[in-house]
Amino acid sequence: MSGKHSRRMVREELRRIIELCRAVENKGLNPFRVNVNDLIAVIRLYFPRLEDPEDLSLDAEALNQIASIIKMQSEWVKRRATSLYRDPFLIEEKLRRLSTQDLTEIFLKTWHPIVELEQVTIGSLRMAMDYWESLTPLSERWKEEEFLKVMTERTTREELVKQGFLRDEAFLSEIEKMWMELKEDAGSEGKIDYWDFIGADSYEETIERAYLTSFLVTYGYASLEIQPLEEKIFIKPNEKPFLKTSSQPVSFPISVDYERWREWRKRQRE
Amino acid sequence: MAKASKRIGRKRRYATMLKKAAQLIFYRRHMEPGVKGWELRKKLGSDYPKVIALLDEYLRSIGLTVKTVFEDGSSPENPTIDQLDKARFYITLREELGLEDMKFMGWRIDDLAGLAVSLAYIISKGGKAPRKDVESLLKMKIPEWRVEMNLSRYLRMGYLMEDENEQLYLGWRAGAEVDQKKLIDLLLEYEI
Repeated sequence: MSGKHSRRMVREELRRIIELCRAVENKGLNPFRVNVNDLIAVIRLYFPRLEDPEDLSLDAEALNQIASIIKMQSEWVKRRATSLYRDPFLIEEKLRRLSTQDLTEIFLKTWHPIVELEQVTIGSLRMAMDYWESLTPLSERWKEEEFLKVMTERTTREELVKQGFLRDEAFLSEIEKMWMELKEDAGSEGKIDYWDFIGADSYEETIERAYLTSFLVTYGYASLEIQPLEEKIFIKPNEKPFLKTSSQPVSFPISVDYERWREWRKRQRE
Repeated sequence: MAKASKRIGRKRRYATMLKKAAQLIFYRRHMEPGVKGWELRKKLGSDYPKVIALLDEYLRSIGLTVKTVFEDGSSPENPTIDQLDKARFYITLREELGLEDMKFMGWRIDDLAGLAVSLAYIISKGGKAPRKDVESLLKMKIPEWRVEMNLSRYLRMGYLMEDENEQLYLGWRAGAEVDQKKLIDLLLEYEI
């Protein structure tokens, strides 16, 4: 037999093994119908003749499929050993012969449907109303940016601040104002709960304060103390703005979501 | 006196937790109804298994029960806290249903029999069966157009699952609502 012919025969044989294993797996047939020893003997016989990467890949796939069959055989034995195992052919026969009414009656004895509620409560209505009240109208949220065609010209300081190239003095003074406020609120303890500091009467104001507070930390006016076990975050004012240049800056995301703010406000009212 | 007030305080605490547990399990908040053990722990504290046992006792009088479905489908006699945390808790009917109850639940007799056949066949095949085989079994007694519609309904409701190879499996709802062992035993015991 020529080498070309022999290679084609090996490929066909390996493909046949793969297809056989797949068919047993997909059709849920008895995996013991496959003689694993025979298949492995065939693979072992052909393996020394394989050189082409495509053939080697086929060989690996065939081995992988045989491994799946062995796994199925193990599961098959385990299932037969459980109390739930009954002969499937016997069950199928019963399913074919039982009338619709008998089947339904049997099923009703074993069926305990889930009970669940889907209705609006006063609490959820109140929560929804609160949300609605603090929701900004779409006309404001989805304001379209207008693009203007402008000629190149000398830029202004305000423009650079707007584009983020320079820091705004007003923004910095706003941050410093907040720093003073933080120092005052922290009192003798030298720290205050993060939410107690950023929390305000409206959700929008809270977001604004959280935004400014993030700059307090970034610019070194304050630092965060995180207690992961108690799930608490404190903010501590620094005596002087202090930036750590020696270590790598670390980002710490804090979620300021509406639900959390609502809970905080409720606690404050109590 | 102090002991009595402490006892009343504990009672009140459990009563509040009982209400909270009922709300958590009854109201659907995710795609699936029910609630995971770790969610109960978060809301009720570490002694949530005790609260669940109290709730189950309370629901007994109105024919309901708290059903615990463990992650691996097993039903351990003394589950560990870890197993409970990963389990899902549902409220189901405690008693068996009769044919007359079926109409109130929005099921036609054909549809329910089809569900019973699909589930029993998949269970008998070890939890997985080709869709074609289930379809041909159903087509024996249900019109073809209805078979397709019913299978879609069972899949949508979570009684069945299907993979990309058109193999059907038992879905999460079958695990929560159907006593699989009893179904197979009753089928085999039935004298035709």
